[in-house]
Amino acid sequence: MLAPIGLEHFLVLSGALFSIGLYGALAKKNAVVVLMSIELMFNAVNVAVVAFSRYIAPATTAQLPDTARFLLTGQVFAVFVITVAAAEVALGLALVLAIYRLRATVHVTEMNLMKQ
Amino acid sequence: MTPTGLEVSPFFTLVWWVTAIGIVVAAWSVVFLRDVLKAALALIGSFLGVAGMFVMLNAEFLAAIQVLLYAGAISILIIFAVLLTRDVFRGNPSNRFERLAFFLAGALMFFLTFVIIATPWGQLKDAQLSPEAQAGVAQVFSNTTPIIGQLLVQEYVLPFEVASVLLLAAILGAIVLVREE
Repeated sequence: MLAPIGLEHFLVLSGALFSIGLYGALAKKNAVVVLMSIELMFNAVNVAVVAFSRYIAPATTAQLPDTARFLLTGQVFAVFVITVAAAEVALGLALVLAIYRLRATVHVTEMNLMKQ
Repeated sequence: MTPTGLEVSPFFTLVWWVTAIGIVVAAWSVVFLRDVLKAALALIGSFLGVAGMFVMLNAEFLAAIQVLLYAGAISILIIFAVLLTRDVFRGNPSNRFERLAFFLAGALMFFLTFVIIATPWGQLKDAQLSPEAQAGVAQVFSNTTPIIGQLLVQEYVLPFEVASVLLLAAILGAIVLVREE
């Protein structure tokens, strides 16, 4: 029988998702795929902070006077991460489209205007 | 918080494993599928799986945001970019750092897994909570949305306002960048 799900399960899942995203961001030529991989890494971090908020925060904030305020800090962090991710992907894709219009390529290996 | 009845049930464990394997397979497909459009669709699947993870972590508000913003807005943006750049026929090739990146990412994954398993989280998790504290924690996690709202306009009001300025700057920047001259 499988062990009950705990913090470690969520963290290992988060680490695996982050590593896959890191590989995609480092190894892919297509700038859109690089952006997709960065989104995967954002998601991995969100899973980790929300898991910490669920499993670690209750035990560590129980001694504080107003517990409820601190329990959900991880979830608020995740809200901000999602906001920044939205801004990042909008600007990133605008950049990709602008470069595509100029150079007719979305491959990061061919975006070497400053090298020439 | 100590696990409640639902979380130690075999059904929860089964659903967790199915969702986790689905997320990892979808993320793997994002990186390794040859068709960029199919990779974008796999990315939506991965986002939905993460929303399921948020539900299992008692973060229903985040799950709703995840579906609306990631699976809705961001993936539509990405699919638009894939279609507008018409580079789909060139496939999804890797650059010359592929082996190095694979080695790095694999090493990072093994390192993280080792650290996570070796760390004594149990000492933190199993700290003794009084029954009142346990009841309070259970109450907070039974309805998280109003507390997140309060936190956003009280403790975290400055980051909240900065985020709105950031979004405004991102909107203006995106419009300026893709505007036809």
